[in-house]
Formats: sequence, structure tokens, C-alpha cells
Amino acid sequence: MNRINAKFKELRQKNKKALIVFITCGDPDLKTTEKLILQMEKQGVDIIELGVPFSDPLADGPTIQEASQRALANKISLRKILAFSKAIRRKTEIPLALMTYYNPVYKFGIKKFTQAAVKSGIDGLIIPDLPPEECKELDLLKDNLDLICFLSPTSSIERMKKIAKVSGGFIYYVSVTGVTGTRKTLSGNLRAHLAQIKKITTTPLAVGFGISTPTQAKEVSKYADGIIVGSAIIDIIKKNLGKKDLVKEVGKFVGNLRQAID
Amino acid sequence: MLPDRKGHFGIFGGKFVPETLMGLLRELEDAYEKAKKDKNFQKELSYYLNKYAGRPTPLYFASRLTQKLKGAKIYLKREDLCHTGAHKINNTLGQILLARKMGKKRIIAETGAGQHGVATATAAAMFGLSCDVYMGKEDIHRQELNVLRMRLLGANVIPVNSGSQTLKDAINETIRDWVTNVRTTYYLLGSCVGPHPYPMIVRDFQQVIGKETKRQIIESEGRLPDYLVACVGGGSNSIGLFYPFQKSKVKFIGVEAGGLGVNTEKQSATLIKGKVGVLHGTKSFLIQDADGQVKPTHSVAPGLDYPGVGPEHSYYKVTGRAKYVSVTDRETLEAFSLLSKLEGIIPALESAHAIAYAKKLAPSLSKNKIIIICLSGRGDKDIGIVIEELKKYKGKTR
Repeated sequence: MNRINAKFKELRQKNKKALIVFITCGDPDLKTTEKLILQMEKQGVDIIELGVPFSDPLADGPTIQEASQRALANKISLRKILAFSKAIRRKTEIPLALMTYYNPVYKFGIKKFTQAAVKSGIDGLIIPDLPPEECKELDLLKDNLDLICFLSPTSSIERMKKIAKVSGGFIYYVSVTGVTGTRKTLSGNLRAHLAQIKKITTTPLAVGFGISTPTQAKEVSKYADGIIVGSAIIDIIKKNLGKKDLVKEVGKFVGNLRQAID
Repeated sequence: MLPDRKGHFGIFGGKFVPETLMGLLRELEDAYEKAKKDKNFQKELSYYLNKYAGRPTPLYFASRLTQKLKGAKIYLKREDLCHTGAHKINNTLGQILLARKMGKKRIIAETGAGQHGVATATAAAMFGLSCDVYMGKEDIHRQELNVLRMRLLGANVIPVNSGSQTLKDAINETIRDWVTNVRTTYYLLGSCVGPHPYPMIVRDFQQVIGKETKRQIIESEGRLPDYLVACVGGGSNSIGLFYPFQKSKVKFIGVEAGGLGVNTEKQSATLIKGKVGVLHGTKSFLIQDADGQVKPTHSVAPGLDYPGVGPEHSYYKVTGRAKYVSVTDRETLEAFSLLSKLEGIIPALESAHAIAYAKKLAPSLSKNKIIIICLSGRGDKDIGIVIEELKKYKGKTR
């Protein structure tokens, strides 16, 4: 069993919800990314989504676009991220999922990439522009690497069934139609949609896109198995660029999220 | 028949988009298949193409250009004479009828040179639909005339400040809007790129160019031509011209933007210099670096300044059905002047790429050969760029 599955099993036994956090790898630099991961683990984060910067992140709003640009300015590549992951595995066993657009993976070589990812201690892949219809060429090396698929408010029942079968680790439910970014209010239909999916599958269901405050986190965690927070964290990183409290501030924020959902 | 049911042209094409759009793409496929078989839809489309856009466009024998080049006979398919000044209106009229069938009230589009933006704003105005056009800041600057036209037509032009501020970034931003407003909004994509079914839909609406050309050349020459030459950015005018000749022996030549030289960083010759990748929902050739990051491109013609290309062109390339070549900015400007002075036709800089290649091809062929060039648009929008560019070359000897 890989680390993501083990984590959800453990959380279920403890009757707790997963706190999943997205950061762009190498924003503002790899050293900070390492400190952030270790600090966030300490503050109760269960799974880290490590973003691979891309020149054309079409599912992302301005916040993550900028983070991507900052990382690219540091010449962060998929190759470097895999080496980084391998190195950080000596210090932590926190589940790591790579969030990447498909082109860097395709260019790396699909088979070469999945093998390298497993060797580097990566547990899951989240690829926003790779729907299950196109993912057959991705060789996932069985249980070692999960392909975490998306469901959205526009997914039909048929697609829910299909995707529930394919998705490994957990299902990433996009709370709103749109791109990543913080939002003041969440969709009113969220609860009903999640209930519908729960009837179809026992795969853990995590909700992302738009969750930015402990209050929202608490609300959503009532209906989901996990919550995913990204842009709100990146906003804190951006505000504290060049300041020594960057890691501490992020740690404080995720600590509050943890408290809110427990 | 390509694409296959899943939208693939061999290994190319497909639907590489976020989950939120998958249902809508399916809806679009269904709506299109229905419209294709619906005689009333086809009748309505023909009506607007003929009475509003001014089709059929002439196939004009360029006698002075032919004389000057001392080789094959050259014909021009005059898409520049379409309403709004380019072939783009063929596709926008088709898709806007589709959008109406699907009950969408808001149209969004990307534009590079502004020709597709103008065509979309025009069709939206005529049908009373709201229209937002995304355009890179760099392109807004260099195609100001088209920005003014779009605004006059009642469209909202939204500047895109991200990335290279050109067509690629305008498409990113349009997709972000689409994924947000997918329930109410129709994305009217302007080239044969993007996720399935767009490459197929755009090709089908543009193949009116090739169908007319086929009939017209048989009327005037009694036979099919030897070569079809058209510029390729995303590749909609070229695929529209080529497709109806697919099963014939006619040679297809797609002309890409060589910029400052095809072996420099300042070019956008995707099929010649790119590697297979995935961008904007489709798998196709792509100008990218070793890490799979999309690289900035350059062309004097904003409509060709794009790192991707339609998946069907990639398929034509690997199967050898079409040959892809490039010409430089400088060769393009020379062709621009040549056609203006010899034939009294000011071509769009995009279309001037095709003229520039024909200028090299025609003299190498005997006088009984026939070349047809797709003159995809007129050059009024480019006068500003051309004057600036000519200043650069003034005084430099060749």
C-alpha cells in the first residue's frame, strides 16, 4: 500500500479528515520548499501536493500562475523536482503527490517518468489536463503510483462512475467551475454533489479550488474526506517573499486549518 | 475518416482538458453531429456564407505575378475578399449558428492578428450575442486597427498580460474564462487547434475554401492543380484548402513562419522545429524546451506567432501527405510588396508567407504546371507593421 492509501486508512481509523496542501515546488526556491514541507508536516498537514511549474498553466488562476513563474525563473524542472523529492524522502514519509500539466511528463518520457517518480518517493500524480480518456498511455506501475483524477460540478453520473473506477488514492473534487484561486463563498450545491459521489464510490473524496479560510475548511470537511488548500498558502508565501518569517507564517496558517477541521 | 471517434488523427489530437470541460465538449460534439446532418442548418449556413460573407470568393489568375516569376501558372484563392477581410468568417458563421442551437448567449474568443476577433465580433453583432475577445497586449499594440474594429462592432476586447502576451496567452486566458463560465458561454475557437471536436469543426467549416477552389480550377483549367500553397499558424486556411483534395495527387505545401531565420530562437515554424507535445487541449507538434516548457515564438505576422499547430497538420506531416516549409520575415515583406505592386492586392502578412514560398517554387516548375495559393486575408491591418519593418531593412544591402 502506498503512502496516500495508508494515510487515508489511518485517518479513517482516527475519524479524522485529510488536510492536503498545495505548494509550487521551487517557489521561491527549493530550500524554502523543503522547509515548508517539513514545517507543514509538523503543523498537521497529511498530504503535500507538489506543483510542477509550467509555462502555460491553463487551469490555474493568477496566484498559482505567478508562483509558477517564480519557480520557472529559478529554472525549476521536472528533473530537479524528482531529485528534490528523492532527497527529502530521507527526512520525511509524508505522502507526496505531484501536480503537473501533462506536457512536461510527456516530454520527459512517460515510462521513464513514472519509474523515476516511484524511485523518487512520489506517491501520486495529479494532472489537470489529462482526463481518463487520454490516460491509457500513462503507465502507472500498479499500486506504487496513484493517478488522482478530478470530478467537477459538471461531471455527469456516468463520468462519476467511470472516474471513480480509475482514480487512485483519492478523488479530487473541484468545488466550483473555474480555475484555482481563493473565493469568498463556495458553491451552494457542494454538499449535494458530494453526497451523490459518495453513493457511487468508497474512494476518499477531497475537495479543492477556492477553500481559503479555516471557516470554509471546517464547513467542507463535514461532507468530504479531505480538503485541499493551495492559493491561500501561495498568497502567504508571496506576502512574505524575502522575509525570514515565511515558513513560520505558512506553518501558523496550516495549523489553524488543522484545528478547524479536527 | 479522421479524426476517429475519440478525436485522434493517428497519435495526434484528443481532448487534454480539465474535467469541468469534458461534458461540454461531448455536448458540442453531439450538437455538431446533429447540425451536420440537418438540412436546415446547412441551408442557413450557406445563406449566410453567400449573402453575408460574400461567397463564393473568386479564384483569380495572377497573370503578372506568373509572368514575372517565369514558371508555373499562379492562381490566388481570394479569401481576402470575404466580409471582414479574411477566411476566418467561414468558421465564425458556422460556429455561431452552432452556439445558437446550443442555447448559449455569450461568445468568447481568442485572437492573434485580430482577424478571428473581428470575424467573431461581426457574427456576434449580427446575431445579437454578447462577445468578449481575449487578445495579447503585444498583439493589441501591433494590430490596433483590428482592436478598433472589434470595439466598433460592440465586442469587449480584453488585454492579456501574461506570458508572451500573444496568441498562446490569449488562448490560455480564453480557456480559463470558458472553464469558469462553461454553462452559459460558447468558446468560438478560431483555428483548427484545441481539444476535439474543435479541429474537426473548424476544418469542416473552412473546407468551403477547398471545395470552391476545386470547382473553380476545373472550370478554368479543366483539371486539378499541381500544388496548393497556404500559410500555417494554427492552420485553418490551409486545412480548409487542402482537405477536399485529400484523396487526389495534388501536392500540399504549408508555409510556416521562419521569423528571423528558422534556425534562430526568433521563429514559429512549429512543424519544422517543434517536438510532439500537449498544449491547449491537443497533442501535436509544439515549440518547447528540453523540460517541456513552451517556448516563446516570433513572427512578423501575428496570426502565425503561435508555438502549436493543428493536430491534422501534424498527421499530414508524419504521413508525408503535406510538405511544410518556412520563409523568413524578410522574404515575407518582399512578397508583400511584390503582390501589392504587381497585382494591386495588399495581402495580410500571414498570407504573404504563402506568396513568398510560391515566389521560390514557381520558377522551378514548367509553364504547364499550376499553383494555387490561398490568399487568406487582406493586409490593411498590417500597414503599420510593414512601414516599421521596411525602415529596419532600408539601407541594408542584400
